[in-house]
Amino acid sequence: MFGFLKKNATAATAAELPASRPSWTERLKAGLTRTRSQLTGLFRRGKIDDELLEELEATLLMADVGLEASRFLLDDLRRRVKNGKLETPAELQAALADALEQLLRPLEIPLDTTTHKPFVIMLAGVNGAGKTTSIGKLAKHFQAQGKSVLLAAGDTFRAAAREQLIAWGDRNQVAVIAQASGDPAAVVFDAINAAKARNIDIVLADTAGRLPTQLHLMEEIAKVKRVIQKVDPTAPHEVLLVLDANIGQNALTQVTAFDKAIGVTGLVVTKLDGTAKGGVIAAIARQRHGQPPLALRFIGVGEGIDDLQPFVAREFVAALFDS
Amino acid sequence: MLDNLSLRLAKVVKTLRGQARLTEDNISDMLREVRMALLEADVALPVVKKFIARVKEKAVGHEVIGSLTPGQALVGVVHRELTELMGGASTGLNLATQPPAVILMAGLQGSGKTTSTAKLGKWLKERQKKKVLVVSCDVYRPAAIEQLKTVASQAGIDFYPSEVGQKPADIAAAALDFARKHYHDVLFVDTAGRLAIDQAMMAEITELHALLKPIETLFVVDAMLGQDAVNTAKAFNEALPLTGVILTKLDGDARGGAALSVRHVTGKPIKFAGVGEKLAGLEEFHPERMASRILGMGDILGLVEEAQRGVDQDKAQAFANKIKSGKSFDLNDFKEQIGQMRKMGGMASMLDKLPAQFAQVAQQAGGGMEDKTIGRIEGIINSMTPLERSKPEILKASRKRRIALGAGVSVQEVNRLLKQFEQTQQVMKQFAKGGMQKMLRGMRGMMPGLR
Repeated sequence: MFGFLKKNATAATAAELPASRPSWTERLKAGLTRTRSQLTGLFRRGKIDDELLEELEATLLMADVGLEASRFLLDDLRRRVKNGKLETPAELQAALADALEQLLRPLEIPLDTTTHKPFVIMLAGVNGAGKTTSIGKLAKHFQAQGKSVLLAAGDTFRAAAREQLIAWGDRNQVAVIAQASGDPAAVVFDAINAAKARNIDIVLADTAGRLPTQLHLMEEIAKVKRVIQKVDPTAPHEVLLVLDANIGQNALTQVTAFDKAIGVTGLVVTKLDGTAKGGVIAAIARQRHGQPPLALRFIGVGEGIDDLQPFVAREFVAALFDS
Repeated sequence: MLDNLSLRLAKVVKTLRGQARLTEDNISDMLREVRMALLEADVALPVVKKFIARVKEKAVGHEVIGSLTPGQALVGVVHRELTELMGGASTGLNLATQPPAVILMAGLQGSGKTTSTAKLGKWLKERQKKKVLVVSCDVYRPAAIEQLKTVASQAGIDFYPSEVGQKPADIAAAALDFARKHYHDVLFVDTAGRLAIDQAMMAEITELHALLKPIETLFVVDAMLGQDAVNTAKAFNEALPLTGVILTKLDGDARGGAALSVRHVTGKPIKFAGVGEKLAGLEEFHPERMASRILGMGDILGLVEEAQRGVDQDKAQAFANKIKSGKSFDLNDFKEQIGQMRKMGGMASMLDKLPAQFAQVAQQAGGGMEDKTIGRIEGIINSMTPLERSKPEILKASRKRRIALGAGVSVQEVNRLLKQFEQTQQVMKQFAKGGMQKMLRGMRGMMPGLR
């Protein structure tokens, strides 16, 4: 299984290697500066001792990696140190980078939007995670691939969410389907029908932010999904959960809750450039261990419109360790 | 959500029976559990370390008194310390200045600044009868100004229009001038979300602060924030003289460790907590309740408040009158009750607020009352005629068969529902006769720790 994924991953990176690539890697690196400086500072020590390992654990915890995943990574390292396989801190760093990449690689599954037309993508998440902003950036991303895009303003609750999406639509010259108010499911229903009529490749459906504890809102979003299935039984082809990288261990709860309600197929992690982190990605990877992996489709490291890019485990880990 | 501190400690406590006082030896295991529970609650690591040291210092030598077990005694110490760390008593807004009192809102993207601005404006208008003006200096995010305009009109407070092309400082100056001329008591200045490491944006808000000289500078922070809360709070605190914090999205199921970190790092009181997406969803912050929540000791007060929010007051009054007047409790009322339970976020979220031990018992005992089952009960009642609902005693075999068919369940399930209903009816009869006092006496046996 791993072999298959690896092959898939290299194929994807090879395919997306146009000129803009280096600048993205640089931006990724810049975004992760804080985490990296904490991590690599540790490895300049003389030798590996318990103190170093303990500080490493603390660093991982502070990067929101979480107890379970930190322990998993450290147990692995301790075992290797004991066996005498690792001697210098530099080797320890390489081993950690390796373990982290192993942990994250199952998350790296690029999104294939060519399977259906229109390819319906539904976005969900808690309040303020960055759903609407991500839609704006995703629209740009798909347009760059030569696809036609349609946006559905499914956030009928928050004040001016519709206007925000329309502004993004204007910026990208993308049609936005919106209604003055009313039912989010109805807006999305209209949008998909419009996309069919206009022969559009990709529909991006926004939804209102909701906390997983609000059961009636979780039921509402499940309804949006059911209504989408009425227009097209195979849709939505992708259900993206947008996570704010600054969120702590609650991200795990969010993944579980949204998955239960609407069957999440992919993640978008935003605001990775905050002073942090994104260690929670590792926590999620660890939580899904043994289950079918949840794809981490995109990560966002900045405010610019092209700062949202597909996730590549190797790039991410390399940016973390500056290797 | 039950693997919280109280339960964790309960495990360790088993090995600790019969100790008369807490010593460094016997609490080290428990402190490890405290540490892990706090980390799981997203309390920042440096804060956890300091906190553990403090608890250790206070707990060692602590006598284990009366019926308390060593574990309970330690939880007590931790609870007191947490409360202390979050500021002890709750503090309100300081508006004692020559009007307009300017309140500057700052925070990360998506932390809930605009919503909090409207909530707080509404709160001040309704509770303190202030004349409130709001203005948005967010010229970056699309439709941010529009959003504030909409929520302000929903909250019934005045809005000062601004344009995307303007400079934030110009907007603020104009709004301040407008507020002075129109005798507003309070001016809220909403700002764009910014990262603490974005120097240009931080310079902008520092400039705004110098210009406005706000009496309150509130830092809006998401209760779900992870370990980085410390750095964010520190950076904002260094750039701006914050006077208080608003904790938002507290109704999520995060334990809210960020509250602890932020308070610890900035030393500024948490003044308000945002709950729910409605504009009425703002509460004064109570450190003690938050401590209970972080510890998973249950938030009974919060549960009572939620019940008050979720329940339709008029309906509840009508219901109480009906019971008192001696009329029988019928299936219509039963269905109504179920509906209200649903409104409060269902069984699961209610259990979450109960103290851990009790929640576990409740889950084992009434495990059948899952949210799905509740839906099924509603379905069965919906399959009855109005007559059957008001007079359940007429339900005999043939009617039951029809109802079961209509609801898509078996006759046994209809019987089970009727039995459940009879039990509830009994309780209601008692309630009508003896009132609340008697009920509570009956409950006392069921709830540990309620004396």
